[in-house]
Amino acid sequence: MSTRRIFARPARYAAIAPYLWMALFFLVPFGIVVKISLSQTAIAQPPYTPVFELGEGWEAFKAAFEQLSLDNFRLLVSDNLYILSYLRSLVVAVTSTLILLVIGYPIAYGMARLPQRWQGIAMILVIVPFWTSFLIRIYAWINILQHDGLLNRILLALHLVSEPVAWLSTDTAMYIGIVYSYLPFMILPLYATLAKMDRALLEAAEDLGASPLKAFWLVTFPLSLPGVGAGILLCFIPIVGEFVIPDLLAGSNSLMIGQTLWLEFFTNKDWPVASAVAIALLVLLVPPLVLYDRLQRRQVEGGR
Amino acid sequence: MAEELAKTANHSTTEDTALRRATDMPLLRIEGVTKRFGNFTAVNALSLDVRAGEFFALLGPSGCGKTTLLRMLAGFETPDEGRVLLAGRDIAQVMPHERPVNMMFQNYALFPHLSVRDNIAFGLRRAGMARGEIATRVAEMVALVKLEGLEKRKPDQLSGGQRQRVALARSLARRPQVLLLDEPLAALDKKLRESTQAELMELQRRLGMTFIIVTHDQEEAMTMASRIGVMDAGRLAQVATPRDLYEAPASRWVAEFVGDVNLFEGQVISREQGRLKVTTREAGIITVAEPHQPVTKEIVTVAIRPEKIKLSRRGLASAVDALQAINRFEGEVAEINYLGGLTAYRIRLDNGAVVRSVMANTARLDVDGYGSSERVAAWFAPDDGVVLEQ
Amino acid sequence: MARTVNRLSRFNMTALALGLAFLYLPIVILVIFSFNASRLVNVWGGWSLRWYIEFFNDRAMLQAAWMSLRVAAVSATLATLLGTLAAIGLARGERFAGRALFSGMLYSPLVMPEVISGLSLLLLFVALNAERGFWTVTIAHTTLTMCFVTVVVQSRLTSLDRSLEEAAMDLGCNPVKAFLMVTLPLIIPAIVAAWMLAFTLSLDDLVIASFTTGPGSATLPIRIYSEVRLGVKPEINAICTLFIALITVLIVLASFASKLSSSQGESAAPL
Repeated sequence: MSTRRIFARPARYAAIAPYLWMALFFLVPFGIVVKISLSQTAIAQPPYTPVFELGEGWEAFKAAFEQLSLDNFRLLVSDNLYILSYLRSLVVAVTSTLILLVIGYPIAYGMARLPQRWQGIAMILVIVPFWTSFLIRIYAWINILQHDGLLNRILLALHLVSEPVAWLSTDTAMYIGIVYSYLPFMILPLYATLAKMDRALLEAAEDLGASPLKAFWLVTFPLSLPGVGAGILLCFIPIVGEFVIPDLLAGSNSLMIGQTLWLEFFTNKDWPVASAVAIALLVLLVPPLVLYDRLQRRQVEGGR
Repeated sequence: MAEELAKTANHSTTEDTALRRATDMPLLRIEGVTKRFGNFTAVNALSLDVRAGEFFALLGPSGCGKTTLLRMLAGFETPDEGRVLLAGRDIAQVMPHERPVNMMFQNYALFPHLSVRDNIAFGLRRAGMARGEIATRVAEMVALVKLEGLEKRKPDQLSGGQRQRVALARSLARRPQVLLLDEPLAALDKKLRESTQAELMELQRRLGMTFIIVTHDQEEAMTMASRIGVMDAGRLAQVATPRDLYEAPASRWVAEFVGDVNLFEGQVISREQGRLKVTTREAGIITVAEPHQPVTKEIVTVAIRPEKIKLSRRGLASAVDALQAINRFEGEVAEINYLGGLTAYRIRLDNGAVVRSVMANTARLDVDGYGSSERVAAWFAPDDGVVLEQ
Repeated sequence: MARTVNRLSRFNMTALALGLAFLYLPIVILVIFSFNASRLVNVWGGWSLRWYIEFFNDRAMLQAAWMSLRVAAVSATLATLLGTLAAIGLARGERFAGRALFSGMLYSPLVMPEVISGLSLLLLFVALNAERGFWTVTIAHTTLTMCFVTVVVQSRLTSLDRSLEEAAMDLGCNPVKAFLMVTLPLIIPAIVAAWMLAFTLSLDDLVIASFTTGPGSATLPIRIYSEVRLGVKPEINAICTLFIALITVLIVLASFASKLSSSQGESAAPL
């Protein structure tokens, strides 16, 4: 026995309550989603044919199990609506992640090159907007982008356009909203890797004859790749499942998968299909999640 | 439980000493203790006795198991095998908070949210001591480590040396039967370390307490400890007084670990009149005094400390030459390192071997120093060579 | 040579300034227009508190705000309690049966799309036949935010020097007492920060609340969302400004608290 083990027993007792909580409110609901995604739509309330009743024992369970069907998933594959929203989610997530990288990298780089005591302040300045409600941040952009909003007024005043541009309900507005909301998620991991980079490396590169730009491209950028990876995944993963931003800023003619789920659930009241969409969305997220997990692990091991 | 122990600890110096003297039992007896971490055996069937009032040092390279052994004495690790007897009671399985020993941590482990006073009083409060008594004891401890006036400071408002004193006072406050010190001076700079060594020794003598210190610094161990246990790969390589450790190392490993040494391996060719002749590859035939315990092996190693290898100019004092005829090698000075009080020479012998010699610089002017490439004779007395069988 | 370095750093400065402007300008504009006297959202009609008064007379909005604050306070407190316990289990429990499942359950909600978390919890509440309203939203928010609490507190616990706990035991504390007397005081700043994070996350949430709430108990984001869908209203600007002010006060309080505790504790206690 060691100190670690002396502490382990009471610590495990501490974990019991949160363990049960998460089992009840995370694991069980998740199981229900899987179950319902495999059941058939009914008009009744709740709008799905009953799951097995726990009281009826094994036979009922078996009967219920036989009733499970892949119909909902078949629907997902056969109906264009789902495939299109699946694809749109991917396209939107990839595009906005790339925009975020292009905008976020110079900012993170600028932060990392600040004098030490300004770096902390710059970091706080980047984090603080994250603390204000994200609905508010989207709303702020609706203010600016609307028909007689600030942006159109400025453009008109500068005679860049002759009549107000319809910004809202366009993909442009949506991308602005996404980039605005996720920028800190891109900047912070980039900054973290850039800030801990030894400046002597750059000096060594320049000492060995590389121009500053070459030194950046040959030394700084390759070394910042772990941060680039983390930033990309930290933005990509949540953007795929995004609902509010496309709902408020983009047009309604093509939907992201989060919107489709919402629509199936709240408007069409088709819970089984909504559940199937949820599972499909999760499947989409598994590869980037695995990648992110690996990246994190390598970071931890590399740090030792 | 803890309270009782703390109380007995208070009286331990008088009653227990008498008891122990009667039974002739050491205060601390470690018996065949083994500790494994997975496949790695940190401490391997180790046995050791420490008497009351000793200042005992565990010395060894990093990873030799000395810290693990200390942590087992404190109760932070439990031995896989063996017993740890403290005043006759096996405490191997006793929890740390129920042991009458205290530890001073390498990084001090001062509670950053508590003041100096509260840090020192922490253990006393846990022992359920009365308020007034605690105040008296804390004041006593503060005076002992000369921290008067700093009682209300937080650890981060103290210098490194002051923190070290708080840690010491905190671990002494409960008057433990044994005080364990894990590299207590490692974080201090050299000057402060030397003065603190003296203070620690003085404190230990005054309190008559048993100290067990872990250190990787042999000078520190030599200076402070009355006995030193040298550890290697989870075992005790030798337990001896500082002098014996240096002058009579038990093995080649110990001889090399403690201080600097010239080693010559060779075969015993004769023993007569208490003298052993060994023929070595590096230095030809050398003659050394036969050790008390008769040599059993044929192949032995002769160890000679560099300061015991004397140099003399060739051709000088030919009358002495006869005396020095044994263990006398000719060669030339290959390297000179001036170290202030000492000068270290490397002599390349004519047969190719290199020996090291250290000479004290007893005069300010460099009159008896040797020059580079100068021809010299290196010699040593037969009594200055130590025969090692392993 | 020196000139190129200079030009590079000018580029850095510009990128940084533009980036920060991009982050802050929309919010600043929103705040300024909340004090606009004009009904037209984008025509400046002079300074006025009109829309704040309007908000304080809007019963439905006030009710939603009150609901949100209650949910946030209760769920943040529950989440801090549960999340801290979970962090202790993970940081000090060593290996135990079901540990992988436990940490998996705690880390998944961090990256799970909100629509899925919301949907699954609603399906649970329906299956349990629970009446949807304050408690269902609170439970949903507790479940989500306790994961964030766990991450924050766990990272503080793992970074803590274990020899402090050993010293406490050496001086006579049993493990539980050592934790309460030494570890807990040192992680309080992290716990406070975690509570704040949980509180703001709960105040902020729209999606999960939309799924788990019932008729008649809308939270503030749900109300704002339905108003925003109908178009921009100056009153919303006022509400958002109040919201931002509240969060700012909380952040300032928290950083003050962490500074206070760091002056008496370890210096490295990031928010």
